[in-house]
Amino acid sequence: MDVQPSKMVATAPMVTVRPSTGHSRLARPQTGLASSVSAKISVRDLDFYYGHRQSLFHVGLTIRSHSVTAFIGPSGCGKSTLLRCLNRMNDLVEGARHRGRVELDGLDIYDPSINVTDLRKRVGMVFQKSNPFPKSIYDNVAYGPRLHGTNDKRSLDELVQHSLQGAGLWDEVKDRLQQSALGLSGGQQQRLCIARALAVRPEVILMDEPCSALDPIATGKIEELIHTLKHTYTVAIVTHNMQQAARVSDQCGFFLMGELVEFGDTKTIFTTPRDKRTEDYITGRFG
Amino acid sequence: MAERSKLMKDFWRGGELFVWLTASGVALSLLMVAGMMTLIMVNGLGQFWPGTLQQVTLRSQEQVIGRLVGEEVIPEAGISGTGASPLRYRYRVGNRDQFGSEYRWINEADIQSIAAPKDLASVERREWGPAYGRISVGTQDGTTASPSEGTWSTVVTLVKRANQLRRRIEHLERDEIGAINHRIEQARLARQALALKSQQGPGEAEEDRRLVDRITVLERDYAATTEALERLRAEAGQEVLLLTLSNGKSVPLSLDRVLAVSRPNAMTLLEKSWAYVHNLWQFVSGEPREANTEGGIFPAIFGTVLMVFLMTLAVMPFGVMAAVYLREYAKQGPLVRLVRIAVNNLAGVPSIVFGVFGLAFFVYALGGTIDQWLFPEALPNPTFGTGGILWASLTLALLTVPVVIVATEEGLSAVPPDFREGSVGLGATKFETIRHVILPCALPGILTGLILAMARAAGEVAPLMLTGVVKLAPALPLDEYFPYLHLDRKFMHLGFHIYDVGFQSPNVEAAKPMVYMTTLILILVVVLLNLAAVMLRNRLRRRFATSAV
Repeated sequence: MDVQPSKMVATAPMVTVRPSTGHSRLARPQTGLASSVSAKISVRDLDFYYGHRQSLFHVGLTIRSHSVTAFIGPSGCGKSTLLRCLNRMNDLVEGARHRGRVELDGLDIYDPSINVTDLRKRVGMVFQKSNPFPKSIYDNVAYGPRLHGTNDKRSLDELVQHSLQGAGLWDEVKDRLQQSALGLSGGQQQRLCIARALAVRPEVILMDEPCSALDPIATGKIEELIHTLKHTYTVAIVTHNMQQAARVSDQCGFFLMGELVEFGDTKTIFTTPRDKRTEDYITGRFG
Repeated sequence: MAERSKLMKDFWRGGELFVWLTASGVALSLLMVAGMMTLIMVNGLGQFWPGTLQQVTLRSQEQVIGRLVGEEVIPEAGISGTGASPLRYRYRVGNRDQFGSEYRWINEADIQSIAAPKDLASVERREWGPAYGRISVGTQDGTTASPSEGTWSTVVTLVKRANQLRRRIEHLERDEIGAINHRIEQARLARQALALKSQQGPGEAEEDRRLVDRITVLERDYAATTEALERLRAEAGQEVLLLTLSNGKSVPLSLDRVLAVSRPNAMTLLEKSWAYVHNLWQFVSGEPREANTEGGIFPAIFGTVLMVFLMTLAVMPFGVMAAVYLREYAKQGPLVRLVRIAVNNLAGVPSIVFGVFGLAFFVYALGGTIDQWLFPEALPNPTFGTGGILWASLTLALLTVPVVIVATEEGLSAVPPDFREGSVGLGATKFETIRHVILPCALPGILTGLILAMARAAGEVAPLMLTGVVKLAPALPLDEYFPYLHLDRKFMHLGFHIYDVGFQSPNVEAAKPMVYMTTLILILVVVLLNLAAVMLRNRLRRRFATSAV
């Protein structure tokens, strides 16, 4: 079962030229024009290393604006690594290096002229384990805006309310904004982290297995939220739950041992996968 | 048989014995702490109770007045004796100036009778320790007792008046004459500074004349105040009490030497309790007398607390910054490991070594240079070039900085990496992340370092002896003259006070309760300082508690 890199590279351009069809279920108000399916993020021939260990091999794909892209695959297949490359979170890891390009709106994010904090402001992130700061709910949401210079009380209040509403949490917490965020339930904490990411007004939201620690009801709420979010933002999500990928995503990429095996329209991947390994994984014969 | 061996095996495997072993370890430590505290408290707190004064009549018809302080079996008699071991009692008879020694052993066999007459009085004096006897009001020349009956209330009134007078004298001495002296010193230093200036013009000469005039005026003030002081002193010495000793001799007791009189045998329990509280308060709030063996220890308490605070101010920013660099910024490698080992070893260096370093570096090198640059007019008298509270605090800060660094590093590494990622993912820089997320979360750990540092610093004596502690400081480091906090002043410290009172005083036996009491206060000060920090830490812990999820 050796992987041919060439095969996988060939899939990438195929996806990018695919017209926006098969999305009648979801309204897309932001993209009125037929040809507006623009590439928000393009990954070109990306190799990635932790020290001497290579964890991504020649990955290439395109994430469309205002869509949900899911990365699936078994543990350790490199899907989280790719996600963390998209806002350079891997810079924090010692000994990490890469080769290839990652473009946001056509600009290489690894270019020395790019300010990495500005990049992370544009490309927000929600983590696997909900990690609200040990502060009040209000201060958690206001954390990012305050850093980026919003200190006016009125506009902060507005922003906090707007972000919490965007994350579907406002009605549950509006009476206890000054209480500690650690008193919230697991699902609420995760939605608070989403609200916190929304508060800095990003363009892209990366989610790294956001539901892995949540019960089914909380998971359902987050999935609903992802549907809503894609009208305003571009979403990329890592999940090892294939049903979830099928439910929430428009495009889907299957990773195996650091290689992108198949990338394309979610419906296509789940109904008529072109690669035998994808089929094995999806049908549960492998993994 | 097999069953029994299985039972034995189960017993050993179950570890029942191990539980007992570990528990006895805890019990032993608790017992030691409790025993130590009890010993200190019994020996220390007892001395303030106004105990019964006994009048002992010996078979030789000699009278002894004193307080019973101990008893023992006479050593030689017990060996050769007839079986019943004779006892002897130890009395504190006071009147060191008359009898030569304050204590006296009395054999049980020599005692004819013991009584506790109500008219026996105990006198607390400014010199020579306590005196016991009967008191009457003396005539002007101080030789004979005035015949008036019911003199006790007169005595109390007289002592009260004398105390008021003494407070006025102290006020004159300390506040008014102190203020004048301070101003004279300032003017004198200003003249010196003027003389040191490189160019001398008519302006300088004018200024100098002005200063000389001011000094003259101040000296006239000084003379006037001293005269008033002398008058008050004469007034205080006018009235005299007459103390009749156990041997029937009467000695005059000048009222300006008397601090308090009491008749413990005539006191009710309530009065005794009140006297106890009063004595305790005098001890905590008063100034030492008689080479520290009597009076209070307030300057030592104040010096200890102030020194610990100054040390904290110095060590916390320094230690926390070093730890943040080591943990957050420095590239983790052999060099950082080496630095860590060095820091940990620094904590094990004997404290006297730090004292020597403090003396050589802070006092001589740094202080000497500061004197040359900033206080040349006072030379050759050193200002900062001699031991002082600042140098002592800095030396202790150096001593405790490893503790702070280690504890802070622990606190920093205990902050979950999720918080870092969360903050960085929102577009925060590393600095913003450290400032707004990591340091607040690490605060409990940092405060643990503070607690350990304070506990260590408050108990350290050896380095202080080289860098600024004295037996008796003439003034507190904090007073009403600008700049209020005098970092250059020498100070008193409870730890050194214990050593001084216990082993350097002329009257070791009488000072023993003082040693225990000072020890108790030192322990209390350390416990209170720690408690304050622990409470602060617990409040912060609750605020930053991570959820159980």
